[in-house]
Amino acid sequence: MEVNHQHAHEPHVHHPGCGHQHVCWGAGQEHTHHHRLRVSDISVNYHEVVALEDIHFDTECGRSIALIGPNGAGKSTLLKTLAHLIVPDHGQILWKGQRMQSSSNEIAYLPQRGDVDWNFPITVRGLVEMGRYPNLGWWRPYSRHDGEIVERALAAMELLDLQKRQISALSGGQQQRTFIARALAQEAHVLLLDEPFTGLDKPSQETLHRLFRDLTKEGRLLIASHHDLATVPAIFDDVLLLKRKQLAFGPVSDVLTKERIGNAYAV
Amino acid sequence: MTTFTEFLNEPIARRALLACLMIGFANGFVSAFVVLKKSALKIGTLSHALLPGIALAVMLFGLTQWSALGGAIFAAMIIGLGSVFLARTSRLDQDTAQGILYTTAFAGGYILLSRMNIRQKLDEWLFGSIVGMSDSDLWIAFGISAFAVLVLTALQRPLLIYLFEPNIAASLGVPVRFLTYALFAVVILVLISSLQAVGCILSVGLLVAPAATVYLFSNNAKTLFWGGGIIGALGSVAAFFLSYPLGWHISSTIIVVLGAMFLVAYIVSPRYGLLAQWRRR
Repeated sequence: MEVNHQHAHEPHVHHPGCGHQHVCWGAGQEHTHHHRLRVSDISVNYHEVVALEDIHFDTECGRSIALIGPNGAGKSTLLKTLAHLIVPDHGQILWKGQRMQSSSNEIAYLPQRGDVDWNFPITVRGLVEMGRYPNLGWWRPYSRHDGEIVERALAAMELLDLQKRQISALSGGQQQRTFIARALAQEAHVLLLDEPFTGLDKPSQETLHRLFRDLTKEGRLLIASHHDLATVPAIFDDVLLLKRKQLAFGPVSDVLTKERIGNAYAV
Repeated sequence: MTTFTEFLNEPIARRALLACLMIGFANGFVSAFVVLKKSALKIGTLSHALLPGIALAVMLFGLTQWSALGGAIFAAMIIGLGSVFLARTSRLDQDTAQGILYTTAFAGGYILLSRMNIRQKLDEWLFGSIVGMSDSDLWIAFGISAFAVLVLTALQRPLLIYLFEPNIAASLGVPVRFLTYALFAVVILVLISSLQAVGCILSVGLLVAPAATVYLFSNNAKTLFWGGGIIGALGSVAAFFLSYPLGWHISSTIIVVLGAMFLVAYIVSPRYGLLAQWRRR
């Protein structure tokens, strides 16, 4: 059983996900109770090739983790495995102390922007509404409650003015924020992001960085693949250094040493 | 023109008109899925694969509507799944595997059918025979059309997420594998109904052009489905009325009309048309 949170302020406002969960977005307060994500001894094979081996780490909501490693190190594979899109050949993932058996609305997967057809005929709001699917299923009608959650997600990502836009008419940063808003509408605790900062201009990167901080402060766990080593310390709390095998995991300052980076990127 | 009114009073003409309406709508509706899935080429190859199935069924069970229908379904299943299997068990990708399987099957089917002394029927399967439809053909077409529209409407919500990005869909709990198979079945059924209308060579046109036309106007995926249905039905019915006085082959007229509608949309669409693009420059 989860510990219920009492909201000292705004007692009448419904915070989506509250009551039996700890993510109270928009509340803007830090939470003391954090869910744990424990990954033990994960390995993934593609046919005969080992894509990931011996991945093990333990973390909790409220943190942001950068997945760092050279091309082909298995960053995307790890994200997909955590999202249960790939079932590991060995090892297990424990979320809130329980083994993950299927995809969960508490864990959101955000692919690389390049993997998506931005000409798809849908608006920003339409895309964010997709996040309500786990609650609605095939046929349940879209309720006012769903509308409020979508509204809140759009507001949190500063997209209210853009909600009627076709998604191809967005900048890279706006597209990334739309993805995150979709994850918020899903009421996700864990956000798995594949290269969210890639291809963004400086101001968009800074906006995203700020939103990342807000999200972790709300008690969400962010795990993102990232390739710009220089910006890691500013954005992330922890680093998982990866080259098929897990080379290191821990706070940024401990992991990102010259020696370790040299090892990871050595040919 | 009296002859045309006389022709319209014939049951055969009324059946053809009704068939144009139903088959045009169903194919137009499903074309939204084909366009959003970007699988036009795949559908084209699949439609060719129906021919050997029909040939085989006619050889084994004699020439009836049901044997032709059963054979077509069988062939599409075998070759659709065969290409997946071939791709998984060799170093070839699925497109390459399909390219080989479909053309071989089509050529084989053509040889079989042309050896069977059913010359006229062969032409009908290659290029359609909407004027020659019987009552039972019409019922089959109606059943397929209703089923296709019903399934795609009922599955609209998960379907659109799946079409947008399959990984996002899977992570949200959309049953991606079930959808893949269900939609494959719907497309094959609709292909078979379009086989009757325009034949296996032209059926891709009916399953792509309508929604592609709407795609140039709309940013709403749902509009693509219903708009595609309307364009498909309108185009087919218009072609029916054009083909008789002009003396044109009706199946080809359907495809030409749909092609012309697309061309007009491509030029004049206020948002994505050629003229609009020039004006913006």
